[in-house]
Amino acid sequence: MTTPTVLFDLPGPQARRRQRIGTTLGLVLVLALIGLALWRLGSNGQLEPARWAILFDFRAGVPQALGNALVDTLKVAAVSMVAATVLGALLAFGRLSDHAWVRVPVTVVIEFFRAVPLLILILFCLLYLPTIGLRVGAFGALALGLTLYNMSVLAEIFRAGILSVDRGQREAASALGMRTSQVMLLVLLPQAVRRMLPVLIAQLVVLLKDSSLGFIVGYFELLRQARSLVEFFNFQFGDLYTFQLYVAAGLIYIIVNVLLSQLAKYVERRTRRNAKVAATAEVELPADVQMGGGAGGAVTA
Amino acid sequence: MSFLADNFPLLRDAFLTTLALAVTSGICALVLGTLLTAMRVSPVAPLRAAATFYVEVFRNTPLTVVFFFLAFGIVEIDLQFPSRFISAVAALSLYTAAFVSEALRSGINSVPSGQAEAARALGLDFRQTLGTIVLPQAFRTVVPPLGNVWIALAKNTSIAAGFAVTDLTATLQRLANQNADQLLVVFMAIVVAYLIITLPSAWLIGVIERRTAILR
Repeated sequence: MTTPTVLFDLPGPQARRRQRIGTTLGLVLVLALIGLALWRLGSNGQLEPARWAILFDFRAGVPQALGNALVDTLKVAAVSMVAATVLGALLAFGRLSDHAWVRVPVTVVIEFFRAVPLLILILFCLLYLPTIGLRVGAFGALALGLTLYNMSVLAEIFRAGILSVDRGQREAASALGMRTSQVMLLVLLPQAVRRMLPVLIAQLVVLLKDSSLGFIVGYFELLRQARSLVEFFNFQFGDLYTFQLYVAAGLIYIIVNVLLSQLAKYVERRTRRNAKVAATAEVELPADVQMGGGAGGAVTA
Repeated sequence: MSFLADNFPLLRDAFLTTLALAVTSGICALVLGTLLTAMRVSPVAPLRAAATFYVEVFRNTPLTVVFFFLAFGIVEIDLQFPSRFISAVAALSLYTAAFVSEALRSGINSVPSGQAEAARALGLDFRQTLGTIVLPQAFRTVVPPLGNVWIALAKNTSIAAGFAVTDLTATLQRLANQNADQLLVVFMAIVVAYLIITLPSAWLIGVIERRTAILR
């Protein structure tokens, strides 16, 4: 593995001076950018404490509204994650099945839901399902769309995990006389899940990010709530708190996601320390899956 | 089916908007992402920190939030993009650049360290090592992940529909309202339009991958 230090020599006196100059210039550049942003905010009066105080004003109901929105966001993410994990595991078994009549349709289902943009899936649930008599609403449509997409991604993750378990494990289990289902459930799955746990948490971050699509389909998650608060306050005070409320909603998303990402890293480190799985290759979500929004194209590895 | 013929100009324009959105943002994201990657492996600590911070923040931010800020947030500090389309391109580029950088960095990590060591032994400096030895090899190994990022970007353009860009998804919503009886056909047409972008891309990525693969 190439660490940054492989790319350049240990600096001598001259190079050290150059690097010091570069460091200073870089620092000035970064500080200048931050300063420019702050100046822009300040000159528009966006930094006034009174404007930010609204975020903690319990009488105006802002913290409660944002808190409720966060709970609603987490709720849709949690429902989808649980459903997607269960269905994803089933699809992974299906795709690894010995019977073509199971394997082929399951593969088609997985590939289809990965190929369609997530927003289209959600809109389909929102607009089409009511016409055939299924009243799903914004929550149902969002949860269903997220579930359908994420179950296909998780199915692929589970499959990769199961396949990454050493072949000897499967062979030994078969030699002991276990049935295929027993090999899968008792031997392969426990090892695969342990190995895939960091990736599962990382996928939860992606799912939480995608739940913000609720803004577009009219589900009251954080952004939509911030927008409706802004409309409410604009009516009363004019354009006073708009920026602050938007920043708050965005920041809550980012903070929750960063915390989850850190959890994923922590679990990964713990997993690595475990001698039973430490020998395996590093598992990481591909960049395109991390992008969310129905990524994970028709290209199969 | 006559309904598809009636709305063909609409669908074609929407398709071209989506394609333009994806291609423009793709190029911007590639440039910005490469720059970020160079910063992340550079000897200058503040640049490294800034690039890492950028990537970490955008990786953990929903794309909708980025769109949201560029559409409604920056107006509050007296900044404004000339058009909805450009603000959508900016949002997609800023967001995707973080993932391009992630993919590229894993590509750089996959170049054997002997390559960089040999380059340094020959007396190349950081810029030459990165530009002529490491990055060309890294780009080759990241063709599949970068290609997948491109496909994901093409699908992510659908979010622009929520911010007043008349792309395929916006047209879907409009047609769905007008033709409630033909909803399935509308959905099929739009999904096919997206597949027209993604499937040939996937094929092309496969071809490029085979052409540029390095045998190690």
